[in-house]
Amino acid sequence: MKLPVYLDNNATTAVDPRVFEVMTPYFLDVYGNAASRSHPFGWAAEEAVDYARGQIAKLINANSKEIIITSGATESNNLALKGVYEMYAAKGNHFITVSTEHKAVLDACKHLEKLGAEVTYLPVAEDGLIKLSQIEEAIRPNTVLVSIMYGNNELGVIQPIREIGELCKSKGVLFHSDATQAVGKIPVDVIADNIDLMSFTAHKMYGPKGVGALYVRRKNPRVKVTAQMDGGGHERGMRSGTLNVPGIVGFGKACEIAMKEMQSDAERLSKLRDKLENALLQLEEAYVNGSIENRLPHTTNISFKYVEGEGLMMGIKDIAVSSGSACTSASLEPSYVLKNLGLDDELAHSSIRFGLGRFTTEEEIDFTIDCVTTAVNKLRDMSPLWEMFKEGIDLKSIEWSDH
Amino acid sequence: MAYSEKVVDHYTNPRNIGTLDKGSDKVGTGLVGAPECGDVMRLQIQVDDATGVIEDAKFKTFGCGSAIASSSLATEWLKGKTIDQALEIDNMDIVEELALPPVKIHCSVLAEDAIKSAINDYRTKRGLEAIEVKSSH
Repeated sequence: MKLPVYLDNNATTAVDPRVFEVMTPYFLDVYGNAASRSHPFGWAAEEAVDYARGQIAKLINANSKEIIITSGATESNNLALKGVYEMYAAKGNHFITVSTEHKAVLDACKHLEKLGAEVTYLPVAEDGLIKLSQIEEAIRPNTVLVSIMYGNNELGVIQPIREIGELCKSKGVLFHSDATQAVGKIPVDVIADNIDLMSFTAHKMYGPKGVGALYVRRKNPRVKVTAQMDGGGHERGMRSGTLNVPGIVGFGKACEIAMKEMQSDAERLSKLRDKLENALLQLEEAYVNGSIENRLPHTTNISFKYVEGEGLMMGIKDIAVSSGSACTSASLEPSYVLKNLGLDDELAHSSIRFGLGRFTTEEEIDFTIDCVTTAVNKLRDMSPLWEMFKEGIDLKSIEWSDH
Repeated sequence: MAYSEKVVDHYTNPRNIGTLDKGSDKVGTGLVGAPECGDVMRLQIQVDDATGVIEDAKFKTFGCGSAIASSSLATEWLKGKTIDQALEIDNMDIVEELALPPVKIHCSVLAEDAIKSAINDYRTKRGLEAIEVKSSH
């Protein structure tokens, strides 16, 4: 077993060697510009892109003409939101989204608010889920778009996408979903789910970084977005820029593999995830954040009360994970996603996200269980808060000094 | 972010973890920080009545590696010092000793606050006036 153990697969995944292998010729041999129509270099590149686009479309039950290639999910989210805002300005200016969305959605919405958009940010329940009735009540005559993520990046919680899609369709409102964490991990079907626009990316599903896609529906209804990148008019005029041919080829292969192996991966990983989770919940005062019933098979987010997240991360330095405390990113703000579930700051600070992946082994999970258990116990032994808890002192009754 | 070797050493082998009898009039206790800020330090000193020398010091800390190391180092430095000498400990000494990066300076500030707060608790118990703690932040 190689250390550190990588359990941060919600941040990014390793490239599958089978993906890497199909990409290599497109760096050195087939290096043409897919937009060059006048010679075989361009034709070969275009052919490779077309093939990959078909693989990508198939995974989400779309048509290849509906796949707009981007640089990744952040760009896809920006293109979807800003592109719809501009294209449908005559129809209305109201967007609906959720407070636990990724920053790429929330900050794009904030940007649009400055330009005159009205945005409703719906709160989630304690389990991280949104209720259909909340969306229904928020829809107004001038609502253009509902944007709700498929699976949450910090919690793994899966929103009731199919029901939301149906509701939006019945109300004549466009529906965008940031499906970055879901595509390739669970079955995602844009037809059955009534999704009009969907963002996803290669590097969360064992493909390369720097390539993603925006699904834009072409029928019932025909959806269009205003380009946010002007230039040669690539991607049906919605996203200019020379195509990243090796990246797209890799993305296609990653989708093809996911199509075949998603189910067996999910079954294996949910078993390992549950093993990890059940073992860690043997510790006192450990809690799973977010819905346990509706979530991605490879993710769990656990709070260990009375130990601090960054201190814990240091104690488990042989395991690569993410903490709910953003101390690591120089600001002392705890995760807004966890806070939106109603968690106290102290619990949000003490949470760890474990993201398993295709290459995670049982040996690594056993090692993780031992390592985390030891670190939590050690830190609690030196935690004044744990001592107070054990003495029955209510931490809320203490007047803490701010600093 | 990479931690300095000294921070790692204090985190891995913390000195003087523990609890002194906070009811004793020889013991001063300082509890600083707040759980929602992600740092709480409790630092205790036990003072020899006759000499005024700190004969024992213990800590418990909830926080990051730098916070744990700052308080661990503080207890090491406190032992054997008189109260007056202990008051001389400046947070920047801790920063220097542990090579704390700028984002972790607040951990050293908290340790200095904990020292002063423990000393004041001891002084108050002895019927002495509390020393004005000049907040350095």
